[in-house]
Amino acid sequence: MEIINQIIGKNGLIFAFLLVGGIMLFAKLFSDKITNNRIPGVAIAILFGLGLAFFGEKKGLADIPLFSGLAILGGSMLRDFSVVATAMGADLNKIRQAGLAGVISLFVGVTISFIVGVIIALNMGYSDAESLTTIGAGACTYIVGPITGSALGVSSNVIAISVATGVVKTILTTIITPLIAKLIKLDNPHSAIVFGGLIGTTSGVVAGLAATDVKLVPYGALTATFYTGLGCLLCPSIFYLFLKFII
Amino acid sequence: MKIYGVALLSACFLIGKLIGRFLGHVLNINSDVGGVGFAMFLLMMSSLYLRKKGWWAEESESGISFWSAMYIPIIVAMAASLNVKAAMTGGALALLAGLCATFAGLLLVPVISKIGNQSQKNQDGNN
Repeated sequence: MEIINQIIGKNGLIFAFLLVGGIMLFAKLFSDKITNNRIPGVAIAILFGLGLAFFGEKKGLADIPLFSGLAILGGSMLRDFSVVATAMGADLNKIRQAGLAGVISLFVGVTISFIVGVIIALNMGYSDAESLTTIGAGACTYIVGPITGSALGVSSNVIAISVATGVVKTILTTIITPLIAKLIKLDNPHSAIVFGGLIGTTSGVVAGLAATDVKLVPYGALTATFYTGLGCLLCPSIFYLFLKFII
Repeated sequence: MKIYGVALLSACFLIGKLIGRFLGHVLNINSDVGGVGFAMFLLMMSSLYLRKKGWWAEESESGISFWSAMYIPIIVAMAASLNVKAAMTGGALALLAGLCATFAGLLLVPVISKIGNQSQKNQDGNN
């Protein structure tokens, strides 16, 4: 056992390949045999991954030393690298056509998320502009929240809530997107670009699109990647000043 | 050689990240602004250019398509290493705010998708 632990410990990434391969195979079989292909294997694999994350804390399953390789395989470096690689299959003309809608969706997406976050925080007893802004920023993505919060100097408790809000959004997007895709007509590159701009959490957008239709991934990723930056730009500045002004 | 494709992908990735980071620096925010997006544009442009020049081999492309195909397993690994507990312990506020923000965004997809979509339909019709 000691030796096995040592080998896996030294080759964590390789073990992660094996593990994820196993999960995907299991999910494919599950999709074929039990759901009759109604739920795509990819969606099941992602849900299964989320379920496994409950066994750990901050880094999910990767907190357990044996599975630490998952954090490398699923970390932002390889994720971004492979997302960029999907651009090879993207159609430049379609992107050009959706350019304006993409930009509008980015601004609308950040603003709506912020407003929704602020309104709910207001109703749950927060009244100072700093905390409200931080929670509103967390409703954008779990990166915008803490960046905004530390810029405004709020307590770590509020920052934790803003991170949790962003994580909830990521996970919900992952689960709900494939279920709701038909209803919101998310079946072409144009709407995928808009979807990426409106939701913005890169991990949620790409995971949700992967579970819906893999071909749409590059289009959603393209706009989502600008979202966090835009949120970090608007929340602690214009949005904060605006809130400060009306409170 | 497959590695040429991977090397091109890496070059685009790093330059894109650099542009995103630089943009963040100029805007005075400590974050990457669209790094992945710039990298994707660079990859599309450079592969188009190389193809036009006739310097692009299918073999090189397979180096990139490998990484593009690895994308789903990577997402599964990412899902397994998310802080799911934080999402559950953030309390009702985090749950509610996350839920409403997600639905608000999702419901706006068909509305904003209408922008610029008409011209696409016309062109498809002409084709």
